[in-house]
Amino acid sequence: MAEKHSFGVTPITCHTWNGDRSQVCLSLNNSDVKIYKKNGQSWAETATLVEHGQRVTSIDWAPQTNRIVTCGADRNAYVWSMVEGKWKPSLVLLRINRSATFVQFSPKENKFAVGSGARLISICYFESENNWWVSKHIKKPIRSTVSCLDWHPNNILLAAGSTDFKARVFSAYIKDVEEKPSPTSWGSKMTFGNLMAEFSNGEGGWVHSVAFSASGDKLAWTGHDSSLSVANAASGQTLNVVKGNFLPLFSTTWVTENSLVVVGFDCVPKLFSLDDRGALTFISDLDQPKEKESQKSSARAIFQSRDQKDTTEIFSYELKTQHQNTITQVSVYSGTRSNCSKFSTSGVDGNIVVWDFKSLEGSIGGLRIK
Amino acid sequence: MAATLQPYLTAVKNTLTAAMCLQNFESQVVERHNKPEVEVRSSKELLLIPVVISRNEKEKVLIESSINSLRISIAVKQADEIEKILCHKFMRFMMMRAENFVVLRRKPVKGYDISFLITNFHTEQMYKHKLVDFIIHFMEEIDKEISDMKISVNSRARICAEEFLKNF
Repeated sequence: MAEKHSFGVTPITCHTWNGDRSQVCLSLNNSDVKIYKKNGQSWAETATLVEHGQRVTSIDWAPQTNRIVTCGADRNAYVWSMVEGKWKPSLVLLRINRSATFVQFSPKENKFAVGSGARLISICYFESENNWWVSKHIKKPIRSTVSCLDWHPNNILLAAGSTDFKARVFSAYIKDVEEKPSPTSWGSKMTFGNLMAEFSNGEGGWVHSVAFSASGDKLAWTGHDSSLSVANAASGQTLNVVKGNFLPLFSTTWVTENSLVVVGFDCVPKLFSLDDRGALTFISDLDQPKEKESQKSSARAIFQSRDQKDTTEIFSYELKTQHQNTITQVSVYSGTRSNCSKFSTSGVDGNIVVWDFKSLEGSIGGLRIK
Repeated sequence: MAATLQPYLTAVKNTLTAAMCLQNFESQVVERHNKPEVEVRSSKELLLIPVVISRNEKEKVLIESSINSLRISIAVKQADEIEKILCHKFMRFMMMRAENFVVLRRKPVKGYDISFLITNFHTEQMYKHKLVDFIIHFMEEIDKEISDMKISVNSRARICAEEFLKNF
């Protein structure tokens, strides 16, 4: 049902795939960034990117230009490019004085955005005269750490979620490097840093992730109040909120124009859909554990657990789900956000799991992804 | 008594499970710092509303949560002087060895007998459900432990008194 790849017991802070999905770049909760190449069934480490002084917080791999951008708690970001078979870093002038939290390349890969604890977003672009990446800041009206970002497919708009409980849409149009943008459903005035929309779902909850749909009309975000919200710009920025009796959701991505996969503290990916009338509903958990064969309470098992764990209980410590701890990231593995066939999740338990929708539809009765 | 203890522990357990949703979070106030927000209390938007679960006036639990840390403080039942002294000594014994208990805080929060501080680093290293079980197990055992000690102190006192009074 799902391929599980283990990278040890330490948490995977974040993972990102290269263009053809043959390599994965991840950070194991420290200051190093590792690149692994698939070698049959196992993963071979091909490079370690050492430049950060503190924990790496986010990585993004641009599929076309084959560049990696990393950012960390040491307030720096580096763009890594392949030069003569080696990854070479180039420094980015972020001009921030708190940790960088999130980084993402724009769809055209000529810009990237870095969120930070300095309550601002740096939009970075390449300045060829000086051969470095410079940044412009979006400051207002962000009032707390920027926890997540997502680019609109038009390469101009940027969604940002923050721990001040709000999701916002900004214009990140930089007139030095790109042409004047055409109007979108989010508005037409797109000077740099212009706040196009600001959303709060009414109650408190740090925003953990934001995601634009493939068309760019819908914006989804997850909050710490166990809510998933979707705003639809095409129909007058209507707001749809769904809450359930699950633990907070940490990361989300669109898998079709109407469906989302959401992961979080429950250790299970969940599927949500917008129905024809535009109402957001929870469809199903995508990891339905098979009941393991009943544990035999043999004397051997009892003594074994006495010996190994100093306890007479012979229940397994492990959860029945694929992930053993919080899932912190979900990303599209094959396909696009409008038509995703496989997605990957990584979590605090040090595993990356690749899920296939076809086999999920086969194994979970009645599951159809629209 | 057991009948009323169970719902209390269930309530604590469910609250802890919901509160223990922690993430790594760098300080947004002090450069290059990463401190438990529930302790430093530097930005109020990063703190959640504290919850008190009480079984009666004396036995209660305070759960304070924040984006990267969780503090749980327990007030233990102290019906009389002996229990008070025993509880105080017992807690002191443990808190002096706080580093061996990993999640134990060196000082209790005011008004409570013992406090635990759980940060995102603990939830990364340990199973979350086991951490919750540990706190619940601790709460179950502590009452038992103190009543056992009280009984043994009392019986010892009785024997001492008997032996002493034989002389007269």
